[in-house]
Amino acid sequence: MTVKVKADPESRLSGSETLIHALKQEKVDVVFGYPGGAVLPIYDALYQNPIKHVLARHEQGAIHAAEGYARVSGKPGVVIATSGPGATNLITGITDAMMDSLPLVIFTGQVASGVIGTDAFQEADVIGITMPITKHNYQVRKLQDLPRIVKEAFHIATTGRPGPVLVDIPKDVAASIAQVNFNDSIHLPGFQPTTNPNVLQIKKLNEAIESAKKPVILAGAGVLHAKASEQLLAVAVKKKIPVVHTLLGLGGFPADHPLFLGMGGMHGCYAANMSLYECDLLINVGARFDDRLTGNLSTFAPHAKVAHIDIDPAEIGKNVKTHIPIVGDANEALNKLLQEKGSSSMCEEWLDHIQQYKQKYPYWHNEVKEVISPQGLMEMIHTMTEGDSIITTDVGQHQMWAAQYYTFKEPHKWVTSGGLGTMGFGFPASIGAQLARPDKRVISLVGDGGFQMTSQELILLKELNLPIKVVIVNNGSLGMVRQWQETFYEKRYSQSILSVQPDFVKLAESYGIRGYKVSTSEEARTVLSDVLQDDEPALIDCRVSPTENVYPMVAPGTGLHEMIGVKP
Amino acid sequence: MKKRIVTATVFNHSGVLNRVTGLFTKRQFNIESITVGHTETEGISKMTFVVSVEDDRQIEQLTKQLNKQIDVLKVSDITDQAIVARELALIKVLSNGQTRAEISGIVEPFRATIIDVSRDSVTVQVTGDTEKVEAMIDLLKPYGIKELTRTGLTAFTRGSQKSVTDLKQYTLLK
Ligand SMILES: Cc1ncc(C[n+]2csc(CCOP(=O)(O)OP(=O)(O)O)c2C)c(N)n1
Ligand SMILES: [Mg+2]
Repeated sequence: MTVKVKADPESRLSGSETLIHALKQEKVDVVFGYPGGAVLPIYDALYQNPIKHVLARHEQGAIHAAEGYARVSGKPGVVIATSGPGATNLITGITDAMMDSLPLVIFTGQVASGVIGTDAFQEADVIGITMPITKHNYQVRKLQDLPRIVKEAFHIATTGRPGPVLVDIPKDVAASIAQVNFNDSIHLPGFQPTTNPNVLQIKKLNEAIESAKKPVILAGAGVLHAKASEQLLAVAVKKKIPVVHTLLGLGGFPADHPLFLGMGGMHGCYAANMSLYECDLLINVGARFDDRLTGNLSTFAPHAKVAHIDIDPAEIGKNVKTHIPIVGDANEALNKLLQEKGSSSMCEEWLDHIQQYKQKYPYWHNEVKEVISPQGLMEMIHTMTEGDSIITTDVGQHQMWAAQYYTFKEPHKWVTSGGLGTMGFGFPASIGAQLARPDKRVISLVGDGGFQMTSQELILLKELNLPIKVVIVNNGSLGMVRQWQETFYEKRYSQSILSVQPDFVKLAESYGIRGYKVSTSEEARTVLSDVLQDDEPALIDCRVSPTENVYPMVAPGTGLHEMIGVKP
Repeated sequence: MKKRIVTATVFNHSGVLNRVTGLFTKRQFNIESITVGHTETEGISKMTFVVSVEDDRQIEQLTKQLNKQIDVLKVSDITDQAIVARELALIKVLSNGQTRAEISGIVEPFRATIIDVSRDSVTVQVTGDTEKVEAMIDLLKPYGIKELTRTGLTAFTRGSQKSVTDLKQYTLLK
């Protein structure tokens, strides 16, 4: 049974049917959502006219899954939730997507127009609440506006710097019937992002490169959004400039390339941070100089001329004084730079110098026989999957170890929550990632703490038969908190030790998926190599050393050149 | 802290004032005053902000962040341009039969007007740049100000950027 949803102007459609049709026009192939009173009309239309719908078990799970989908596919993640509590359950995910520039289009139900503002049942001022955490939001006042609003929402979410856009649909608008026109075009004179960079600025950058003695590229997630990995590699090689990645940029540059210095920032590697400190030309491509990356700003890149390529002009000069601002798409900017005539930078000495740092001071850790070291676990998984899996992580120590040790050759395989640092993100994000790339192995690396924030989504692995391998890096604590308490609060472990825990194996089994517990490297190796052979979901509770800390580290308030815990 | 005058042309979609003031709160910009009103084009409003900022970087951030708002069409920091800037104040001053004429005398050179008279007060309406409005208030203070309300500054750039006759450049900054 299908409802007529032809795009002919004569057709009279309900608001919900209009929405479904508009989503199809946007080529939406999956939506993540959860029903409720105010979206009953929308779910009724979905019933009649299906688009693949993933029923998360909590709206937060739905939106993190949509984020994982967006991160891996580059397409917008679509979410539906009901009014009031359904919408407020999305807040963390919306904020996360805003901070990490992920394209999402979120549809929330709203109480009927006539009672908006009366504290009606399940009413929340979602427009007001989400104003500061969305790129834009809309409340649909009349059905005739809906097709245009949907078009604009997708356009805004995916154009320029990506981000979340929310569309609030009162129940009566969804239920009303009218003649709708799908041909209305978008009208956004206030939204004209500059993608084409200024040639003069590119020339300036080119000249700066030629005269630089110690150049370095800092590449962020903007490179991934702009699908500019190839250009980045070409520029780095042509101009002989080493590359540092931000946490979110990982995968944009092949980790096994000699010019790659690793991740910069708080738990980045020594070579990367020292290159940022010592450089005389810093070329930021699509990164936003987050404080976790820069460390103390007053000693950040103190000798450098700074060039910054960013699609969002507001990021340029926000935190770091910039000498060569380049507003535009990273892809176009790097392409233009490649077209400029000119030699590579003359900096063999610098490259040698930085290489020495790289060789002498890599990430390091101790291996103890009896227990699994978390870093060793990451290396093991990296080896077993040949660095070719999609990795999603939660937030905490395990996230940093994954970033340090699971290195990528290709982009769009690294899914992590950076700007907001959202615990509970990693596991549901893996569901969206797997749906985006059914052909790829997806591994979700989560902490024992954060996993418990969204573990209800385990049921989706069963329901959708997703072959995701969930690896709990179980250190019996909120490890990152514990580490800070150990280092900066004289070992006063206030509320960070998880001495009582669920039986994660039984938890998995209760959701109908296989669960394993491993306590030694040998066991880990056996179980992992086993489950990586098959296409069934599995959960592995890895008991790792409970006292291990993430190093090296830029302690709060200090500069990138003052790392502690560097390999002796 | 420096004062800057920023204007924004916006769609007057519902909530647009909210978006703008919310942004100021989120980014910790200090607003001294905001005025909003319709423009010559239907559906388009103009906002004038007087903001105090610490440095150039902050005012640059402010204009850039405003520009990112989808409903904002154009943002200009017009502080350093030749502009006309005006605000209006209503000042209710205590007065009796004796002082009424005196107040009248003070008001006149300001080209302000008395728009309401009661047994024990008069209401003065003054229009002008901020300095002028403040001077007026200062002069009336000794009589006892019962009530005061100000619109905040509204402004735009002059028709010609070369200033004509005596029209001095606006001096809010100096
Ligand atoms: C929703 C949320 N609450 C609190 C925090 C603060 N926080 C950051 S890391 C961390 C510990 C995470 O513990 P776990 O998930 O076990 O990971 P581990 O650090 O042990 O690897 C906490 C509580 C956060 N990032 N997100
Ligand atoms: Mg833990």
